[in-house]
Amino acid sequence: MKQQAREVTVALAGQPNSGKSTVFNMLTGARQHVANYPGVTVEKKWGSFATTTLRVRLVDLPGTYSLTSYTQEERIARDFILTEKPEALVAVVDASNLERSLYLVFQLREMDIPIVLCLNMMDTAKSRGLAIDLEVLEHELDMPVVPTVGKKGLGKRELVHAVERAVGQSPRARRYIRYDAELESFLERLDARLEESRASVDSLPRRWLTVKLMENDEEARKRLVGRHEVAREGNVGDLVEYVDFLRREYIESFKRSPEKSIAAGRYHAAGEIVARAIEGRDFDRRSVTDRIDSIVLQPILAPIILAGILLTFYQATMVYGTVLADRFFPALQEGKEIIAGLFAPTPDLIRSGLLQGLVLDGLVGGVIAILYYVPIFLILFGCIAILEDSGYMPRMAFIMDRILRSFGLHGQSTLPLILGGVVVGGCAVPGVMATRAMKDEKARLITILIMPLMNCLAKIPFYVLIVGLFFSAYQGLVLFGISLFGFFVALLIAKLFSSYLVRGESAPFVMELPAYHVPTIRGVLSRAVERVWLFIRKIVTIVAVVMVGVWFFVTFPGIGFEREMHYDARLAEAEKDLYDTIAPSNRYARYLSGDSLVDLMHYRDGLNEAQRNAGEDAHELKEVERTFSTRNPAFFALANNGVTADGMIDPAAREAASKLKRFERKVRGIKRERRKEIIDASWAGRVGRSLEPVSMWAGFNWRINIAIISSFAAKESLVGTLGTIYSFEEGSQAGTLEQSIRRTESGWTVWHGLAVLVFVALFPPCLATLIMIRHETQSTGWMIFATIYPIVTGFILACLVFQLGPLLI
Amino acid sequence: MTLDELLPGQACVVRDVHLEGAVLQRLLDMGFVEGARIEVVRNAPLLDPIDIRIRNNLIAVRRSEAGGIEVERV
Ligand SMILES: Nc1nc2c(ncn2[C@@H]2O[C@H](COP(=O)(O)OP(=O)(O)OP(=O)(O)O)[C@@H](O)[C@H]2O)c(=O)[nH]1
Ligand SMILES: [Mg+2]
Repeated sequence: MKQQAREVTVALAGQPNSGKSTVFNMLTGARQHVANYPGVTVEKKWGSFATTTLRVRLVDLPGTYSLTSYTQEERIARDFILTEKPEALVAVVDASNLERSLYLVFQLREMDIPIVLCLNMMDTAKSRGLAIDLEVLEHELDMPVVPTVGKKGLGKRELVHAVERAVGQSPRARRYIRYDAELESFLERLDARLEESRASVDSLPRRWLTVKLMENDEEARKRLVGRHEVAREGNVGDLVEYVDFLRREYIESFKRSPEKSIAAGRYHAAGEIVARAIEGRDFDRRSVTDRIDSIVLQPILAPIILAGILLTFYQATMVYGTVLADRFFPALQEGKEIIAGLFAPTPDLIRSGLLQGLVLDGLVGGVIAILYYVPIFLILFGCIAILEDSGYMPRMAFIMDRILRSFGLHGQSTLPLILGGVVVGGCAVPGVMATRAMKDEKARLITILIMPLMNCLAKIPFYVLIVGLFFSAYQGLVLFGISLFGFFVALLIAKLFSSYLVRGESAPFVMELPAYHVPTIRGVLSRAVERVWLFIRKIVTIVAVVMVGVWFFVTFPGIGFEREMHYDARLAEAEKDLYDTIAPSNRYARYLSGDSLVDLMHYRDGLNEAQRNAGEDAHELKEVERTFSTRNPAFFALANNGVTADGMIDPAAREAASKLKRFERKVRGIKRERRKEIIDASWAGRVGRSLEPVSMWAGFNWRINIAIISSFAAKESLVGTLGTIYSFEEGSQAGTLEQSIRRTESGWTVWHGLAVLVFVALFPPCLATLIMIRHETQSTGWMIFATIYPIVTGFILACLVFQLGPLLI
Repeated sequence: MTLDELLPGQACVVRDVHLEGAVLQRLLDMGFVEGARIEVVRNAPLLDPIDIRIRNNLIAVRRSEAGGIEVERV
């Protein structure tokens, strides 16, 4: 008879690098989910597996050395255990590092959940000559012990069995470790007091609570207070005061704080068990790691190797990543075109439908702008996973910490800053994402906040444009100078923030330098894919929403009925012109008016598009021509410059086609002029104009203002928007953008150029970055701050340059 | 003496940790309890932080923190 499988939750706990995720993969296979714990960026991973009697939901807790309330990971791990009360815990420990692992296991046991000890990395332990007596260990710890080699999938069956048995286990007296006699007597006194007020605290494991209170654990104290307030009856103050009283008494009598005795007690117990259970000598276990370290951390070689690795990393992410992204981009564009195809072609030659604009330019445009980064992220996360798994990441922080610390940053800020673009162009989005590995909350926040000041790739074309205009003789020098300038301002601002602004919890710099590992391909790939997927799910919807907002901002309120009529009139005039100039005897004349003209234009767009897609492929080109010419031979001749499908030149068609081309140019002109007028009249444009009196202090006129405001969605469009604005001032497209700017702004001096360069160097981040900042700081306030302070700083500096510069020379 | 006074290669025993809060707890968790044997392995290229071996693990500690760890040479 088949039993109904029981649903249970089991959590994997263990120290960092003990192999939790490996064991997790071994048990659950592909059935995995990743998300973030609510409100924080710590990843939450869960999956499931079935045994003969159970359906197990397995949760991979963050790796922690201990279970205090000082770090996010530790709080998450223990809150999960306390509030979700899993039916069992699998404590994954590194068999070759048993003593420190047991330090955590003892704490887990005080939480009163059945534990299975997964003695992982048995292969490493063996190769080091450690013989572990499993029976002794099992007896000493009073819990089932299962040896495994997670990397090779060894021990899976035994582990599953042990979990099955542990889950069914009835609660019984557990053997906690004993601290020293003096401490135990204090614990007893506290326990007695808790017993008296039991109603209020009984849902927390008693032993755990007593020890944590003696350790002066902030969260445990809070729970004590909170509960009493709910329970409404009396002596809240009493209990907390009593804890303080006990601690004071302990410190006075033994001249040391209870937390030291507690830690010493755990290490003492661990040492005793290890002495009894392990035989054999630990061969010089770090020989390989030591030998690598003696090169990689050698005072002179270290910076060189670090620079080499960062350069490779940068090359892979920013250069190859961008190449990959560019290759992938046409596919996205095609997606956009497919969506565009869903809209019926408009009968209007100068406007597209509002809904179409909203969906294509707002929604789809925004999503595509973000998806563009996916290949870059994939490489980025792959590289980060390699750095993490190999063990080099913390060493990087070890080398750089001394310098970065003096600016309020942290050794771990190195990688994010490089990605953000310290010297050459980077991208703030991956930069902000890479801060995730930073444990020091304060330094992490500061690193995120200065990221917008780095030299994002999209600023480069603008730099090139301005430098070409004003400093063409010193191009390289000015470009380099402006990058350096941005970086130094960023460091100064970091220093300011850390001294006056950012509070945050500053994690102690006590960082393990783990043994080197060769990363596994599977591990690296799965982590990269996992994180990219998490990113896509989180970000894409938000971006879409915000981009729609931006679209409204640059589109509405529109130019009004009268102006629209004006453009319609001009279009009608152009149409009439077309009709008039063509000889009535031309048999193609009848296609060049009314609905037929609109159809012809769409047909032409379709043909051009199909020809572009066919590219160089001669066979396919023929095929395209064949389909289009059968569909409408007359249109084909007109759209194909007067050449019919069989390759003959039809003089009548040729004449009509050339007239058509002129007409089309006119329509394009009208269209562009109208679009520019819409931007000018839009809310963005109004803001740009109304800011002119202020922005003139830095030498920016309204044109620059509009370009800056509308490029907010993505800085890539800065030069593009300038193009739209300036090519119109001249009324023609002739000449390069540089020339038309020069013609329009003939009054500009070098100081105009320098001021705008300074401003753009400190320019606010693009939307994607801001959303990333919102996501990583979990705070809208910081996101807004990160938008505003670069504008203010940049503007003040630009004003200084513009006002004081001319006085100096 | 304190841990930051030791040179690379020198070993010692922890006497006490004169620090508080998160740093103290983290050091305790890493095994810096009274009587623990430790060894300074190397300095970072700019002499700070320092790399400590404790119970066969390598731990990096800043000098400012190492100054709060009282040790005794062995
Ligand atoms: N030699 C050996 N290596 C293992 C074993 N299990 C895991 N590893 C390796 O140990 C490293 C760390 O494994 P993870 O599973 O990422 O460790 P984790 O506990 O999830 O680490 P955090 O998530 O950082 O806390 C990886 O490089 C694994 O390939 C094992 O049994 N033997
Ligand atoms: Mg893991």
